Amino acid sequence: MDASLLVIIVVVTALAFDFTNGFHDTANSMATSIATGALRPRTAVAFSAVLNLVGAVLSVEVAKTISGGIVDDALITPAVVFGGLVGAILWNLVTWYVGLPSSSSHALFGGLIGATWIASGTDAVHFAKVVDKVVAPAVAAPLVAGIVALLATRLTYRLTKGVSRSVSDRGFKAGQIASAALMSLAHGTNDAQKTMGIITLTLITSGMLAPGAAPPLWVVLSAAIAIALGTYLGGWRITQTLGKGLTTIEAPQGFAAQTSAATVILASSHLGFALSTTHVASGGIMGSGLGRQPGGVRWSVAGRMAMAWLLTLPAAGVVGAMAGKVASTGTLGVIAVAVLGVAIATLIYLLSRREPVRPEHVVDEIAAQAETHKVAA
Amino acid sequence: MTIDWAALGSVFGVSLVAVLALVTLFAGGLRALTAREAARSRGGSGTAGTATATACLTACVIVVLFGIYLIVAG
Repeated sequence: MDASLLVIIVVVTALAFDFTNGFHDTANSMATSIATGALRPRTAVAFSAVLNLVGAVLSVEVAKTISGGIVDDALITPAVVFGGLVGAILWNLVTWYVGLPSSSSHALFGGLIGATWIASGTDAVHFAKVVDKVVAPAVAAPLVAGIVALLATRLTYRLTKGVSRSVSDRGFKAGQIASAALMSLAHGTNDAQKTMGIITLTLITSGMLAPGAAPPLWVVLSAAIAIALGTYLGGWRITQTLGKGLTTIEAPQGFAAQTSAATVILASSHLGFALSTTHVASGGIMGSGLGRQPGGVRWSVAGRMAMAWLLTLPAAGVVGAMAGKVASTGTLGVIAVAVLGVAIATLIYLLSRREPVRPEHVVDEIAAQAETHKVAA
Repeated sequence: MTIDWAALGSVFGVSLVAVLALVTLFAGGLRALTAREAARSRGGSGTAGTATATACLTACVIVVLFGIYLIVAG
């Protein structure tokens, strides 16, 4: 297959992945605001989309981590990257369908590492770099966000004890919208970067860019727009799980949880740590649940999420490995992977249409939730 | 297999300090607004409350903007 045609296919697929990432992750930044009634769902997603776009162009540190280090760009081809991406997208769609907030980022790393490992050998994966920039932050960041959110929630409740009801109601809703905005911005600085990194890596492996090059402007802009569009079209299923399944959220708690998660992500993005924003947001929400009351987390739901997290790297890795192996056999292989990927994605979409979750349903359930947990300061 | 503990530690340190500062300032702003409300219900002007609240909430915004500035500049 013509190399430039393959590159175009990979770029389009990567942007599609970016779109599903925004689609999948809207809940992270907006779940608490929607749950407490601070923002209406449609307003929330539009607002989040714009801020994701801005965040995506703020920093390219994470993109550089991906294009310049976790796999050996001299040993892989665009076809391998394509296989990895297909693995990531399929895993993402499956977890979206069953309503689990698993990590789009780890799906991407899993797919890329799996495809590279099988198609180009163990040497092509830089495991030391993977541990330093991906695995260690993956474990540390949600813990850090959880601890910070726990302390921030305690402090918030203690300091605002004497605050009058009317001030605290209005104040925390405003504070929460601000912290949700920060969260969307943070999401753009980390997640849109992953697509930029993948596209840049593809351009490098096809010889169109020099090794170690930073992402070109058109790559930055197209990735930013794709994630913003995905965010706008939103993922209502996940909003349900995060917004009410994990812990009951009050406005002060949502404020503390989100400020913590957003800060941790921004600080990590700055250092080039490719985090899972999903994990960090969930860590923040759990920490703040514990900060409010000792039994503030539904551990059974948390356990199910942790299982999905643990599964994501290897599961996406296996799918990515198979897709990468087939795609690297030649033109027919690439076509086969593309057709199969589209077929499975369509099937999942059709399945999801059988019992659609519409924005209206979410409004009703969230309204009931917000009524019960009106700010009690 | 090297893990950059210093970088992970700095994420923790910076996040903790920044978040606790933000939360404290924000809560200070809300307390000041409550004080203003109380002063007004007693017939006062509540100027001190307004001033403190404005200072606290402005400081919040500055902390956030400074953080974003550090990211863009570096």
